[in-house]
Amino acid sequence: MSLIAVRNLSQTYGDHTVLERINLEVAEQEFCAIVGASGCGKSTFLRLLLSEEKPSRGEIHLDGAPLADEPTADRGVVFQRYSVFPHLTVMENLILPLEIRSSRLLGRLFGAQRRATKDKAEHLLERVGLSHVRDAYPKTLSGGMQQRLAIAQAIISKPKVLLLDEPFGALDPGTRARMHEIILALWQEEKMTVFMVTHDLKEGFKLGTRLLVFDKLRWDPHAPEAYGATITYDLPLDDRRSLPPELIEAASNEEPPHKPIFGNEGPRDVLH
Amino acid sequence: MGRVINRRPGRGLQLLLGALPFVVLAAVYLAASDARLSINPADKLLPSLQSFTEAIDRLAFQPDSRKGTYILWADTAASLLRLCLGLVIATGIGLSAGVAIGLLPMVRAAFAPLVAALSMVPPLAVLPILFIVFGLGELAKVTLIVIGITPFLMRDLSMSVAALPREQLVKAQTLGASTWQIATRVVLPQILPRLIGGLRLSLGPAWLFLISGEAIAATEGLGYRIFLVRRYLAMDVILPYVAWITLLAFMLDFLLRRLSRRAFDWMPEEQRQ
Repeated sequence: MSLIAVRNLSQTYGDHTVLERINLEVAEQEFCAIVGASGCGKSTFLRLLLSEEKPSRGEIHLDGAPLADEPTADRGVVFQRYSVFPHLTVMENLILPLEIRSSRLLGRLFGAQRRATKDKAEHLLERVGLSHVRDAYPKTLSGGMQQRLAIAQAIISKPKVLLLDEPFGALDPGTRARMHEIILALWQEEKMTVFMVTHDLKEGFKLGTRLLVFDKLRWDPHAPEAYGATITYDLPLDDRRSLPPELIEAASNEEPPHKPIFGNEGPRDVLH
Repeated sequence: MGRVINRRPGRGLQLLLGALPFVVLAAVYLAASDARLSINPADKLLPSLQSFTEAIDRLAFQPDSRKGTYILWADTAASLLRLCLGLVIATGIGLSAGVAIGLLPMVRAAFAPLVAALSMVPPLAVLPILFIVFGLGELAKVTLIVIGITPFLMRDLSMSVAALPREQLVKAQTLGASTWQIATRVVLPQILPRLIGGLRLSLGPAWLFLISGEAIAATEGLGYRIFLVRRYLAMDVILPYVAWITLLAFMLDFLLRRLSRRAFDWMPEEQRQ
């Protein structure tokens, strides 16, 4: 059975259709990379997965049950920015989910309990290479370190699904390559199911086991907001020979890495 | 370096320039006082330095003939107690209401318009009502301070809660935090620096309301004293009292600033006040 099932999902704001008729089944331990041009609704899709918004139509099931209508601990998230709490040190950030779980009233542990929790977090802290800055505040960390902390904080509470919203978008290329290795290693170790929104197709190819391309199937030049995006390609990445040639070409295109590749190309019926 | 906008004082010159207006003011005062006293030795408007030291000695270091208390210190204690009580109560209300209004959409919908309207009411206009309702005791004077500064604190704090990045609140929810846990572990610690800033801004109004309340009905207090001796044109008491009040206000502000520096080292430098 699939972990996530999306059925006939649409999202509209007034006359503005962002997403339409999305259907998707995702198995456990899949790493779905979601790519598409800016404004194609990939972040909206992630917000829907997170229950930050309610879909206009259709439904999303997690583990056979409809999604809760607010963000819950079964779905972890890492945003591009503001993902860690600035008033907590690295270690405090990391143990916060565990403290919240064990102490409903204070959300805080003391003494031996706190030490035991810290010991539990120690391994993960080492895994993401932040043991040497455990008592530092986020303001002193680099962007890459903050994102590593955010990832560790999200997975320490063992969510069923990890949602990443352009988590490496603000990082420089070298840092990003290191982050890729870390996230892949963690994904394999923790056997997580991951959705990652990225505007970088190469990143999607490198990390994903499955590539979801969001784009508009229909396009009315006189009313660009009339039709929403849907999943135009759903590619398993185990066998890359089966990929459409224009995608392989786009992915092997080194420069520039940030350029949205699906901007004005891709299959699209122009309506008149 | 022809332009005046590019000419900056060095460290020594800066101190000198800063001290200069004080020295000039003091000199002008002494000259004027001297001139008046030489015409009329009984003049009360601009007392000499000697009358100041005598008045200060009488009020601060000699027990009062009737009550046996040291007037300046009794006044200071009474005023500071009222002020601090007012500040503490205002902080408690402002903080809890600010977090509730900023974080909970239902509470915001219900109370934000009310707070906006209340903060427009001039507190001194409410003073007669307070005296009628609470009598002439301590309660009315403390309540005036609370009413005077709480609406500002509430608005300031609820706005800084609302300004927290949406991502943080979503992230906290995905970590399993309840509304209460989000309020106490995510929101509250992050707006404490803002609270200190708001309190510092409220100190001026708080003193204003304190002295107004004391001027109208009190039996001791710094404001009571200066309004009492006004009847005898006792400038030798009023001016030292004003200077003392200024010094107290400055020290409170200084303490709050120190606290803010010490307590919130997680804040990025540019966000600190």
